[in-house]
Amino acid sequence: MKRGNVISAAGLLAVLLAAVPLAAFGLPPGDPARGEKVYGRCFACHAIDRDRTGPRHAGLFGRRAGSIPGFPYSPAMKKAGANGLVWNEETLDKFLQNPTKFIPGTRMTYAGVKNDQDRADLLAYLKEATKEAKQ
Amino acid sequence: MPELFIPSFRTLARRVFLARTGQAALSATAVALLAGNEALAAQSKSGTKDVTILNTALGAEQEAIAAYQVGAESGLLQKPVLDLAVAFQGHHKAHADLLASAIKKLGGTPSAPKQPADYHFPTSKLKSQADVLRFAADLEKGAVSAYLGAIPLFHNRDLAKAAGSILGDEAMHWAVLRQALGETPVPEAFVA
Ligand code: HEC
Repeated sequence: MKRGNVISAAGLLAVLLAAVPLAAFGLPPGDPARGEKVYGRCFACHAIDRDRTGPRHAGLFGRRAGSIPGFPYSPAMKKAGANGLVWNEETLDKFLQNPTKFIPGTRMTYAGVKNDQDRADLLAYLKEATKEAKQ
Repeated sequence: MPELFIPSFRTLARRVFLARTGQAALSATAVALLAGNEALAAQSKSGTKDVTILNTALGAEQEAIAAYQVGAESGLLQKPVLDLAVAFQGHHKAHADLLASAIKKLGGTPSAPKQPADYHFPTSKLKSQADVLRFAADLEKGAVSAYLGAIPLFHNRDLAKAAGSILGDEAMHWAVLRQALGETPVPEAFVA
């Protein structure tokens, strides 16, 4: 009986893992054009190509958190990067949903983008717009 | 039926300009927003510190002040719009003063503004009055979102209220700038 449960749990896990690429981290497919509008919410503090109150976003995907040279990050963000946090769809999804929960002590004191579709669109936009080659 | 009076943009800009209060360090309203808040420092120690939220907001306000300065000195703004930019810049200065004074009350140190050149404003892309207005409108819209995202994080409700007061002002800037651009001034029922 016990053994059966373990097997079915493993089976369930396999099914879940297989489903991950389809439903990228549970987010619906994103629309970059809508995402550009959502990015307007970040525009008090960020730009793609220049540091402002927040760091520039150029080259964001694949970058270690807190790693733009010379930008005055919080100790919390620097530590997250030192501990191996790298920005990708999954980590950005979690961070942007609730920044101060994902990185307590961050200076990005912003409640987050709570709506899944908004976040998916934002990530689709960021993925395009932050490619270094675009600079 | 009484006719609906829609003032020309020129009239509107003039009114905003005339309504400018003398730029006293902190207006009576601003002082009232923080009055009786000697307990500000007694916030909970867990979670995001209010002083951190205030300092991030201060950084954005300081940039807005510098951005309006660039706009005002660009030579691209014609008279009623120029007055409007100067008036809005004055509001941002008042916001920055309020935030700095709240930071000090909390025992923190207000972050210093950057040198104007260090903001690296995209000045090469600003070629007309409309470009400057668009840039300012986007900044104001972003500022509204930033305050909206800050309000739920404050431990102290009076600080949340002060942020709401600033949000309202910046939303009005955004609407007037859209109007100046010939766009629907208030496009939606909600801000996000
Ligand atoms: C109120 C200002 C503000 C707003 C609004 C804001 N940010 Fe930030 N952001 C910051 C600050 C400040 C940091 C640096 C945080 C730290 O050092 O703890 C930051 C850091 C980040 C980082 C980490 C970058 C790196 O180099 O490690 C990402 C990604 C990010 N923000 C994305 C966004 C997005 C997307 C939005 C809009 C939904 C947004 N931010 C809205 C201020 C803001």
